[in-house]
Amino acid sequence: MADVKKEHELIVTVSPHVRDEETTSRIMWTVNMALLPAFFMGFYFFGLKALFITALCIISSVLSEYFFQKAVNRKVTVNDGSSFLTGLLLGMNLPPSLWSFNPFTIHVPIIGSVIAVVITKQFFGGLGYNIFNPALIGRAFLLISFPKAMTIWTEPSAAFFALDAKTTATPLGILKEDGIAKLIEAFGDKLNLYAELFNGHRAGSIGETSVLALLIGAGFLLYKRYITWHIPISFLGTVAVLAWIFGGKNPETGKMLLFAGDPLIHLLSGGLMLGAFFMATDYVTCPSVRKGQIVFGIGCGALTMLIRIKGGYPEGVMFAILLMNCFAPLIDRSMKSDVFGAVKEKKK
Amino acid sequence: MSNSENKISYISLIKNGIFSENPIFRVALSLCPAVAVTSGVKNGFMMGIAVLFVQIMVNITVSVVRKFIHPKVRIPSYMFIIATWVTVTDLSMAAFVRDIYAQMGLYIKLIVAFAIILSRAELFASKQKITPSFFDGLGNGIGFLFALVIIGFFRELLGKGSLWGYPIVDTKPLLIMILPTGGFFAVGILMGLFNWIDMKFFGGGGASGGGH
Repeated sequence: MADVKKEHELIVTVSPHVRDEETTSRIMWTVNMALLPAFFMGFYFFGLKALFITALCIISSVLSEYFFQKAVNRKVTVNDGSSFLTGLLLGMNLPPSLWSFNPFTIHVPIIGSVIAVVITKQFFGGLGYNIFNPALIGRAFLLISFPKAMTIWTEPSAAFFALDAKTTATPLGILKEDGIAKLIEAFGDKLNLYAELFNGHRAGSIGETSVLALLIGAGFLLYKRYITWHIPISFLGTVAVLAWIFGGKNPETGKMLLFAGDPLIHLLSGGLMLGAFFMATDYVTCPSVRKGQIVFGIGCGALTMLIRIKGGYPEGVMFAILLMNCFAPLIDRSMKSDVFGAVKEKKK
Repeated sequence: MSNSENKISYISLIKNGIFSENPIFRVALSLCPAVAVTSGVKNGFMMGIAVLFVQIMVNITVSVVRKFIHPKVRIPSYMFIIATWVTVTDLSMAAFVRDIYAQMGLYIKLIVAFAIILSRAELFASKQKITPSFFDGLGNGIGFLFALVIIGFFRELLGKGSLWGYPIVDTKPLLIMILPTGGFFAVGILMGLFNWIDMKFFGGGGASGGGH
């Protein structure tokens, strides 16, 4: 008789009654795990600086979520891993040169984490209510506030423990300033350029450089079905097509040459892989309808290429995803699938 | 007796304008100037002074002529009165404080469209005698001035590292704060802070949210 439940515990709901072990916190921690290969590659290329910055971001994200939720008497949800993920993603999106005492820029990751967690997420009501991807807002805030510190890139150094490194430009920066010939020259030959971009031996943010490691993590998420192919493939496909059409330049006049671009360089460089697989697919800020996800991905790709080719910044993935985040609710509403069995209203 | 009662109500009129019905933080009116001209304390202060003057004079004038205005044409009449006093302010500032006027002359002309001035004329001055109208205008003008100076204080300190044009630190701690984006951040966070203070210490029920 002890097993008999009280009346109010016997809830009658509509079938199907599927039991599943998937919870928000389980998904979040799995995404964290999937990011680890890319993080380790960044750690390997940029040394201890990368570890320090990422750890600083994670610690300040988790702490600011904890203290904010304590302060406003909300349930403390630090264990669900979402603020850990925000910190990890933000850290992986920052340049390794931020860990520097002269000029002093160590406070920059902390400010970014607080903005990301408190203003972008908690002010809007916590996980599930935020309009924008927290880590990207954190990075956008930092890029606008500290334009100098956020655009100093260091060479992937062989000296593992060195906190100083030679500064250099990112491949996209070279492409924008000096053109494709200089970029190939910097890496030796074209094949070597592709190979270096693919394994991640280049200047850039901590976690964005290694395409190989990012693809391993993304493959794991796709296999677990935590993300679907719709957003990443439409995102990457749009970038490739637009890079092929509009990415080329006439080497003599410097004017745009149609259908002469190199899509592979655009696909492998910048934060595109990290953005397409791990940031644009954030459950909260992307459309939930499959058709809408494809529109979302195409929009992200088009805006990315618009900024890369015509904009003031060499890289546009961050602003592209943030701009499309605004449209996610609108896309969802206009692409709602028909209810099964419902009759369409006739137009009068 | 009636005299002392009146005095209390005048003080409470001023207090209402500054705290519980602060035009920007509580009633959420005239938010465009709160973002547009508050990149520094000095600009915010001058704008606040201009609005304070216009608000008081408009309240008095509307109160004086309230019995002669036909209800059907009252809004156009108020607009004429506001436009007159804004022109007076505009020309005086152009004559006496030229360097500041060069920076924000456009916004001075825009005072004519500020929601707070018309709303006080319509809601209060058109129904009250001259003295309470004066104190209501004083309270709301000071409330507006106070809000602009506070927003300007945080934006200038964080965005430029200076106050009233004088450098405090030699770096720019958070460049985003003097950009328009930073204005929205500052207004939003301060509005939240004022609501919190009101609910915590004065038992208020949160912002009235532009319902006026």
